Amino acid sequence: MRYMFLIYSQETLEGPPPEELDGLIHAHRNVMDEARARNVLIAVDSLKPTITSTTVRKIDGKLTTFDGPFAETKEQLAGYYVIDCRDLDEAIEWARKIPAGCRGGSGCIEIRPVGDLPVRGE
Amino acid sequence: MSEVQDAAERLFRRESGRIIATLIRIAGSFDKAEEAMQEAFAAALTSWPEKGIPNNPAAWITSVAQRKLIDQGRRQRTWREKQEAIQYETPAHTPFNANDMEDTSLHLPDDRLRLIFTCCHPALNPEAQVALTLRTLGGLTTQEIAKAFLLAEPALAQRLVRAKRKIQEARIPYEVPPPERLAERLQSVQAVIYLIFNEGYSATAGDRLVREDLCAEAIRLGRLLRQLLPREGENHALVALMLLHDSRRLARVRDSRLVTLEKQDRTLWDQEKIREGLELLDLALRAGPAGPYAIQAAIAAQHARARMPEQTDWRQIAALYGMLLDLNPSPVIALNQAAAIAMGHGLEQGLARVEAIAASGNLDGYYLLHAARADILARMNRRREAASAYRRALELVTNQVEREFLTDRLAAVQA
Repeated sequence: MRYMFLIYSQETLEGPPPEELDGLIHAHRNVMDEARARNVLIAVDSLKPTITSTTVRKIDGKLTTFDGPFAETKEQLAGYYVIDCRDLDEAIEWARKIPAGCRGGSGCIEIRPVGDLPVRGE
Repeated sequence: MSEVQDAAERLFRRESGRIIATLIRIAGSFDKAEEAMQEAFAAALTSWPEKGIPNNPAAWITSVAQRKLIDQGRRQRTWREKQEAIQYETPAHTPFNANDMEDTSLHLPDDRLRLIFTCCHPALNPEAQVALTLRTLGGLTTQEIAKAFLLAEPALAQRLVRAKRKIQEARIPYEVPPPERLAERLQSVQAVIYLIFNEGYSATAGDRLVREDLCAEAIRLGRLLRQLLPREGENHALVALMLLHDSRRLARVRDSRLVTLEKQDRTLWDQEKIREGLELLDLALRAGPAGPYAIQAAIAAQHARARMPEQTDWRQIAALYGMLLDLNPSPVIALNQAAAIAMGHGLEQGLARVEAIAASGNLDGYYLLHAARADILARMNRRREAASAYRRALELVTNQVEREFLTDRLAAVQA
């Protein structure tokens, strides 16, 4: 089953500080290499900072556009993985390896099973 | 009640946990397993009066339920070509203690250990863990659980539905965790059992009998865990702790008022529970370094051994709280240690500790901080200060029994 790993991390406009960057890249590369080697990596991306984010909402049928993410919180969605796992315990083992901390904040990873779309556009 | 009905009810109470554990493994679903078990019990009520109660009723129920599951599976397969994979029928990686899981008395594999770990999976919220454990392993009805936790039955049912849905859809595995994760996951199981016990033990409100049942159920679950994983010292310690607390049940409430340890009629303490608790504590301490349950049980044991309050070894208790603090630096434990220091090393010294905790501000809204301070001040005969601390505690307390207790104490220092 596919699980999405949503990485929530303390956001910095200029990205992670240089002294943390190497460690982060290294840890992510390890996860990606391992998941690719086991043929279970489905997708992985980082997201640009929330300053670039736009939220649209339909209110009474009318589209309203907002600047920024849906929720103003300290930790923001910074990236995601989609990995094929046997069960939640295996997914939790992956989550142990994915770095989420930044600038002293520990960050967190939300694990969600990916749903099955009844009609998937090709 | 007919003999058969009686036998079926006793069987349900005693064995439904084990039966459902096996059926969940076969069905790959909590709901299907529950349904099949209910049908099998219904079948027993029609079959047993005619054919007699089988020699091994639990095995009878299991095999009838299993047949129902297979039939159901077959029907679904013909109806839908692709049958959903039986997720749970994956081999569990448990080579480390296969012996613990075997109990030949029933000639059935024991899947309860898997069931415990799944019900107490940390990916479920603690309330759901408790409800699911009581429902499946404890064989309690939704109505009984709702009553014990003072919840409306639909709310509790909803909680169970959500938990089962998460298990299914997020695919929480039905297996004993691998050795390297066992310690971590076991903590969550122990916490659920102790939570059930405390819910029954803390005399908040609700039906007293139901609450006593809850304590008995927690002890039963603790015994099961200890039987299934006997190498874990903390499993023995947890049962020891619960038994030692439970031994004081009759003495701790008089005329629906809470009685302090000091004032309890110690002849009411259940010596059989104390004996077993001390024995299990011993077993736990021999299994390895003392964990948090062993230390707490050791503290309870100090009280249990004292025939009179004056014989209590408060210095030893203070030292044990120190050990607990090393494992878990919490201001509440520090407060308990301060109270023990007051009794064992001198009131002045204990009061100084309480004042230090108060100064940190961490527990300012915690009524027991003020109650502990008040108690020491009262013992020092500083009545006016004691009264004002009791008043502060009364402002913060929410539990009715505790409120009455504090009101009495306040009246005593003002007399």
